[in-house]
Amino acid sequence: MLKNYFKIAIAVLRRRKFFTFISLFGISFTLTILLVLTAFLDKVVGDSYPDRKRDRSLYVTHLQESGKDGQSSSTLSYYFLNHFVGSLKTPVKLGISSGYEGTNTYVNNKKLAVNYKYTNADYWEIMEYDFTEGKAFSKQQIDNADKVAVISEDMKRDYFGDIPSVVGKYIEADNVKYRVIGVVKNVPITSYNLYSDIYLPYTVSKTDFTKGKGYLGDFTGVMLAKSTDDVPRMRDEYDAMMRRIPMESKQFNKMYSHAQSYIRSYVETGNESSSGVTIVFTAIVIFVLLVTVLPTLNLVNINITRIMERSSEIGVRKAFGASSGTLVYQFLVENIILTFLGGLIGVVLSFIAIQVLNSFRLIPNLVLSINFTVLGIGLLVCFFFGLLSGVYPAWRMSKLNVVTALKAQ
Amino acid sequence: MIRLQNIEKVYRTDTIETLALNSISLDVAKGEFLSIMGPSGCGKSTLLNIMGLLDTPSKGDIKISDQKTDHLSDKQLAQFRNQKLGFIFQSYHLINDLQVLDNVELPLLYRNTTAKERKMLATEALEKVGLSNRIKHFPTQLSGGQRQRVAIARAIVGRPEIILADEPTGNLDSAMGNEIMDILINLNRNEGTTIIMVTHDENMAHKTHRLVRLFDGSQVQ
Repeated sequence: MLKNYFKIAIAVLRRRKFFTFISLFGISFTLTILLVLTAFLDKVVGDSYPDRKRDRSLYVTHLQESGKDGQSSSTLSYYFLNHFVGSLKTPVKLGISSGYEGTNTYVNNKKLAVNYKYTNADYWEIMEYDFTEGKAFSKQQIDNADKVAVISEDMKRDYFGDIPSVVGKYIEADNVKYRVIGVVKNVPITSYNLYSDIYLPYTVSKTDFTKGKGYLGDFTGVMLAKSTDDVPRMRDEYDAMMRRIPMESKQFNKMYSHAQSYIRSYVETGNESSSGVTIVFTAIVIFVLLVTVLPTLNLVNINITRIMERSSEIGVRKAFGASSGTLVYQFLVENIILTFLGGLIGVVLSFIAIQVLNSFRLIPNLVLSINFTVLGIGLLVCFFFGLLSGVYPAWRMSKLNVVTALKAQ
Repeated sequence: MIRLQNIEKVYRTDTIETLALNSISLDVAKGEFLSIMGPSGCGKSTLLNIMGLLDTPSKGDIKISDQKTDHLSDKQLAQFRNQKLGFIFQSYHLINDLQVLDNVELPLLYRNTTAKERKMLATEALEKVGLSNRIKHFPTQLSGGQRQRVAIARAIVGRPEIILADEPTGNLDSAMGNEIMDILINLNRNEGTTIIMVTHDENMAHKTHRLVRLFDGSQVQ
């Protein structure tokens, strides 16, 4: 029976090539978008390089101050992080780093755009960057304001070319020469709090970050607890600190900042009243619904037309002993064959799309890969599409009166 | 074999009621070859469809093989048609996407049969209609007469007791029509299959055991 259904399904697909193309395109395109999207999310949210201690870390990325005349929201100052956050008892370490900034450097008279960021010493102890050579700068090197740098693998290749070791060599950025003391594996730009081409001690900056007592600035912090059990206490202690510290200026009467998990800090909007997680989650759900529901409706429509064309066949099958249930089963099997074909094409397209995204380096250092769980879910989604888009047309057609069906040629 | 009592069929739309069959009572004996004649629109096909349980009457009773059929569910009706009835249509109604053998196997798909049995029975049926050399062809590669012979093979493959043929020679020239008629007569004579055939052709009708004439939905002979 299944062999017969398979034969007819393939014959129907071959007969109406345009409809088949539209159906397969709809399914495969949807699946491709879903797989690429999840590969992207998987990489951005799921990849824990280099902050592998996420489970016992809390991230401090924003401060919002508001008053009668307005509000101001930004990343934090080194002073705020060092002075207030640094005084907390629960965190065993506090990594501080600036956001990355761009500058130009020249290699053999060729301009090279590079990003650099400043960090403290704890940053390197919390983060577990993979060093291909050398090591991170120490507290002493920071205190001495040594002009040393840790660079990324890509930076090493772009600046020095293909040579085995660059530790001890000098790299110039923003008209200052830094001695390379370590090379780390690339971090994708999507991990924007951790990404850079060049990492420098915060003490070598032309701006003295230790001066001034403003709360807002270019820095973010990562607090590390001794164990995962200490994380809630660390969060509470941070909140208590926020309630305690004085307003930065009289123009503000409220101040908000929270120590958050990685994902919450990643989608932080800076606006206290709207959760970034909710917004991002809602946006993803709406997007996924759009890319899945629209093709499904399209498939339902196409399937009705396809099956309508076969009313004579339905009449014959009914006359010779097919019940409505048997016909529904037949059309569902045919539809699942179609969606699985679309699914297979979708998987191939996803592999191609991901290869293209990776090889064109559209997003610096972001190397996507297909997650096999996602692939499995994708194929299940296909099966669900097959059922969803097949059930209604199949049920409608199976109810067709035999005589009416036979009259329609 | 088939007993119809006071069968009425009314087609209703919002504004009009059409009486397609008016109090038809008819007995068809086992092994009989009956033809139904009448002008176009007189209700011949409607009567045949009701006998074949493809349509339901508005009033009246049908018994086939001493079994009343009005209470049967969709599934039971399907099973009943599959076991007892075979159909031949004027326009063949073969599935063009399937090869001749697959078309003939179709009624057996809805029974408990293995692929091997289906192939054997379908080949046998095709041999009976002289088309065993065309099993791999598609219907569109055959002539009208050959297609109707495939349709007959499909109708007889499940060895039904009754065959209902709606103008089986209507789309064929007289030579091919005669060939088809000979197959049906042999089937009736050799296998004892009860055949009810709707036809416009007096010559064909006179080759059957009995002729029933309809006019405006009523039986006149």
